[in-house]
Amino acid sequence: MPGPLQYAVWILCSLLEASVVVCAIRRRAFRQYFFLNLYMASEFVASAARFEIVRHYGFLSLTYAYFYYYSDALLTILLFLALSSLYSEVFRELNAERYVQMGSVVLLAGTALFSFAVVHQSFTSVQPSGKIFFHFVLEISQNLYFVGLVLTYILWAAILKLRETRTRLIQLVLSLGVYFSLYAANYALRNLYPSAEVVFVVLNPLIGCFLPFAWAYAFWKLPEEARLAPARLAVSHR
Amino acid sequence: MTAAIILVCSVAFLMMFFVSYCRSLLATSSSVALTQEVRDVTGITSDIAPDDFSRVVQLLQLCPDRPEERGRIRTVSLYYRLLGVLRSTISGVAPSLKSWADQERAQCGYFAAVVLGQRIAFSRDLLAQQMQP
Repeated sequence: MPGPLQYAVWILCSLLEASVVVCAIRRRAFRQYFFLNLYMASEFVASAARFEIVRHYGFLSLTYAYFYYYSDALLTILLFLALSSLYSEVFRELNAERYVQMGSVVLLAGTALFSFAVVHQSFTSVQPSGKIFFHFVLEISQNLYFVGLVLTYILWAAILKLRETRTRLIQLVLSLGVYFSLYAANYALRNLYPSAEVVFVVLNPLIGCFLPFAWAYAFWKLPEEARLAPARLAVSHR
Repeated sequence: MTAAIILVCSVAFLMMFFVSYCRSLLATSSSVALTQEVRDVTGITSDIAPDDFSRVVQLLQLCPDRPEERGRIRTVSLYYRLLGVLRSTISGVAPSLKSWADQERAQCGYFAAVVLGQRIAFSRDLLAQQMQP
């Protein structure tokens, strides 16, 4: 069962998610960054639904486990769409939005196929289809995080190459990069040290708080007109 | 094996994104000029020294806290500490890294001084509101 601290982190994270949407609406950036806001709003709704399920069925119930992982997979797909929308924003001036959208769909389908192949291979004997589907949901969720991390890195390289100057957009992309890297590192540590899994499970919601905090800050504090030279941000020293 | 590779890659990506993110936070304050009041309070006359950050943060803690700044200051403090570790370890091998780390630490100090200026202005507004009948 989650303790008071975990509940506090849960509530804080949900409030931050809601604040992203509120800040975007107040700063008239909701439509421009629609998928980012859709993702944050969905995260908030999922958090509220998860809380209700814990209240009714308990934290250790099968209902909660299923809801958690299915909603997590859907949220990961939404985050992937949010990342694609950031690509569209960066490549808008090159009129490459259509290619970006097509590329995203192909990559999403490719990741789904790869995840299905991995799950299908590991289930050699006859298994209930529900169990296979549940493992597929877990697998696609994890794989999309790694694809997301690599895609964010490519997007950052494109921002530096294209000399993108919009401060808000740069901070949105960089915070997404930090978030994906933290998740990937946490996932890898969980696999390397299974005995310390309790620690890494506790870290998950804390990592989850970083992205809504950074996005809320970017929407609230940085005007769309703010500009900076991206060459100043690259990790290099002279 | 796969998990170890993922860990190494993700830590490398994390460092790169974190440093760039912190530099983007610092860049937003670099265009703001320091007021004479902040210069008087901090004792900064011309350029900010790499070690000024800790001193300015101590002064920051004396002013009323603004919740929206807390996360930014924590992130930059973490970056400053990271630069300190880098300076005292790897810089022996690569001296150019030492001057880069010092330049970045001075930028952190400038960021803290800008935030201090904002806090002083905020405190003054707060006081003015309370003084109103």
